[in-house]
Amino acid sequence: MDLVTIWFILLAVLWTGYLVTEGFDFGVGMLLPVLDRGRGPTGGAGADPEAASSQRPRAAWDPDERDVRRRTMLTTIGPHWDGNEVWLLTAGGATFAAFPHWYATMFSGMYLALLVLLVVLILRNMGLEYRHKRPDREWVRRWDLAIIAGSFIAPFLVGVALTNLVDGLPMTEHLAGSTQYTEFDGSLLSLLTPVALLGGLTLTVLCLAHGAHFLALKTTGEIREQAREVATKAGVTSALLAVVLLGALGLQRGTAASWVVAGLAALALLAAIAANAKGAEGRAFTGTSLTIALTVISYFLMLFPNAINGRGSSPDLTLAAAASSPLTLTIMTWAAVVFTPIMLGYTVWTYWVFRRRLSVEHMPQSVDAPT
Amino acid sequence: MDVLELARWQFAITTVYHFFFVPITIGLSAIVAWYHTRWVRTRNEDHLRMAKFLGKLFTINFALGLVTGIVQEFQFGMNWSSYSRFVGDIFGAPLALEALLAFFLESTFLGLWIFGWGRIPERLHAATMWIVHIGTVLSAYFILAANSFMQNPVGYRINAETGRAEMADFLAVLTNKVQLTAFPHVITACYMVGGALVLAVGLHKMRQSTRLLQDAQAATAEPGTTAAGPDHHADRRMYRHAARLGAVVTLVAGLGVIISGDLQGKVMTEVQPMKMAAAEALYETPPEGQCAPFSVLTVAGLGGEDPTHVIEVPCLLSFMGTGSWDGEVQGMTELENEYRARFGDGELTGAETYIPPIAMSYWNFRLMMGAGFFAMAVAAWALVATRANRVPMARWVGPLLVATPLATVFGHSFGWIFTEMGRQPWVVFGEMATHTAVSPSVGSADVWTSMIVFTLLYGGLAVVEVKLLLDYIRRGAEPFETPRLVEDDEPLEFAY
Repeated sequence: MDLVTIWFILLAVLWTGYLVTEGFDFGVGMLLPVLDRGRGPTGGAGADPEAASSQRPRAAWDPDERDVRRRTMLTTIGPHWDGNEVWLLTAGGATFAAFPHWYATMFSGMYLALLVLLVVLILRNMGLEYRHKRPDREWVRRWDLAIIAGSFIAPFLVGVALTNLVDGLPMTEHLAGSTQYTEFDGSLLSLLTPVALLGGLTLTVLCLAHGAHFLALKTTGEIREQAREVATKAGVTSALLAVVLLGALGLQRGTAASWVVAGLAALALLAAIAANAKGAEGRAFTGTSLTIALTVISYFLMLFPNAINGRGSSPDLTLAAAASSPLTLTIMTWAAVVFTPIMLGYTVWTYWVFRRRLSVEHMPQSVDAPT
Repeated sequence: MDVLELARWQFAITTVYHFFFVPITIGLSAIVAWYHTRWVRTRNEDHLRMAKFLGKLFTINFALGLVTGIVQEFQFGMNWSSYSRFVGDIFGAPLALEALLAFFLESTFLGLWIFGWGRIPERLHAATMWIVHIGTVLSAYFILAANSFMQNPVGYRINAETGRAEMADFLAVLTNKVQLTAFPHVITACYMVGGALVLAVGLHKMRQSTRLLQDAQAATAEPGTTAAGPDHHADRRMYRHAARLGAVVTLVAGLGVIISGDLQGKVMTEVQPMKMAAAEALYETPPEGQCAPFSVLTVAGLGGEDPTHVIEVPCLLSFMGTGSWDGEVQGMTELENEYRARFGDGELTGAETYIPPIAMSYWNFRLMMGAGFFAMAVAAWALVATRANRVPMARWVGPLLVATPLATVFGHSFGWIFTEMGRQPWVVFGEMATHTAVSPSVGSADVWTSMIVFTLLYGGLAVVEVKLLLDYIRRGAEPFETPRLVEDDEPLEFAY
């Protein structure tokens, strides 16, 4: 296999790593306002006298209770979300190094959309870092809004962008000196096609289901029960959306391999929904992880051998035309071979360190709050 | 303003802003790690308290450094797509390695440090902050290697067929001689920032504890009252240690900055003589046998005519540039002629002259050095003023403590502005002109939008960050608690 193809595969791996890991922390962010309320005194833990007596007395809509639930959910992703996001930075850097023309065309072409994504990611990250730094309720509420909105908008935009690459963008050939290159030739509006929007929506709902599985896996008590219920609804919705999306894309761009992988993605999602229904949370989470990975693979299969598909009669940006020199690709390959296992090693170890399930009882007094 | 100018402004704004946080991240992580390790070794309670206290200031700052770094990575593709196409083969590799080797390390191990209290064994826990620190330093190495390529392109060849620069020797890119002096210069300057910050916070809290101690003593002097609450004696001892540690770090690092800066000046004179000439506003090469002086203060004449130097040190520029008191330093006029002969009359660069903005170069160079010397002077004073348990209580010390860390942070900015301005009109020295580097497909309305958005967002975040930092400094270190591993059903030692 040639180096260009290897780097195309490695980029698929990086996008998979990004969407599988940050996918669940996006999902957890989306679920903050959904799972922060108990079922009240008539249902759930409140109905069980034993459970009720072991908890602090509370009202169903007690703001403190809501806050402690949100903190519990955020703590499940606390040690991980920052590292999860590095996958995106690595994918960006690797595209720059391995396919400079891809990097240049994609990021200058999707200028305003990328601007929105950057702003949203900045505010979401700041929210995750700063929300607990002051006890002021208004402060917490605003940063929570940034986390929640960011968790919805970011995967939506990423989904739109990736779907655009596959579905096709308006492109033209340019000649600068002796350099011929393919440049994006459209506006923000040309990114907002029905298929691309569907791609954004599907990824968002898929992340929601994925995040719900993660929460169910990482918590105990009421949050776990409620997360499982949400996961089923989100799982079924994302399955319907994914079938339409992969079908629409596949009819236009599909190959035998991409259809098979897309089919496997659908099966993995159905298995995840079934596992969740049976309460097998680990398997359900593995299921949505596989779904995301297989979807990325099927996207990349529909893209190959291009970096960006041209829309209609537009020229494609081929991988060969976008790629770096063989020397750079060789150096990068060695770096990836040596350092990726090390990075995966300590990342997995972090998940092992923070493996225990959390519940509202585990939350300390907000230690960072100034008194 | 056209797209080029806007894109340059945006790059300047986002980069200078990003670089407010980077040196703090690098310098402070080392000091936090040092305190944490000292606690593990000596069981000195003060050291654990300081590790946690400074660690909080660190995480507040790290957050902003990280998010503004994301913008940096994507900005090359957004605003400088022609540049990305031209040098991606060389420039992209260090960037990708930075993410793979450094960012994962920093983010993952910072997560472990923040949430690891009571969950991982203490030696390992202290080690996580050292790993974070190593990550920050690695990150600096790769990004500076990329920047050094722009100052002094090495290890590449131009592919005539594709019209792009291609990698010929990656090791040469990583061991660029500009890089080998710039890296120690920047890193030691980052330690100065960390040192100055800890010095200022320590001294400020030490003065505060002293005042509280005096109040408490006055209160207990009256009959019927007893001293209760926090132990101001212990606090003062702890903060004094921090102040002195910060001062020592600032001084030692400052020495490193001077030595590496001296070496860097010589490399710069060799590979970018125009930058050195602009830094001194030296128009004419001194006649054979005469050395070049260094001016400390100039009142006029940075606009094109020979400047009026008010204070001048004879032969110093020759020494700074060449290592010899009578070494030759070329003036801008001669270099301009040389460059015209070599690169043509500006057809390539689109600029009227190869001379970079002189006043910017001249003043940023001096402000950079002045800021560093100022911080070192304050550090030396602080060591004297806190000897034998003395506490400098004078009123004028307050503003000084605000100015010192700011001076070190701004010193970095002045240095960067000087380095990047002095490279003009090139984006890659001798190879690619700045005006050819912008994205051809991006309109000025787009760049205006993003510049306004980032400027407003960054401004707002700066206010939030400074307020938070001040909040946490005001609160000071938490009281000591014996750390222990938490059982499964207990509340966590730390969570959101």
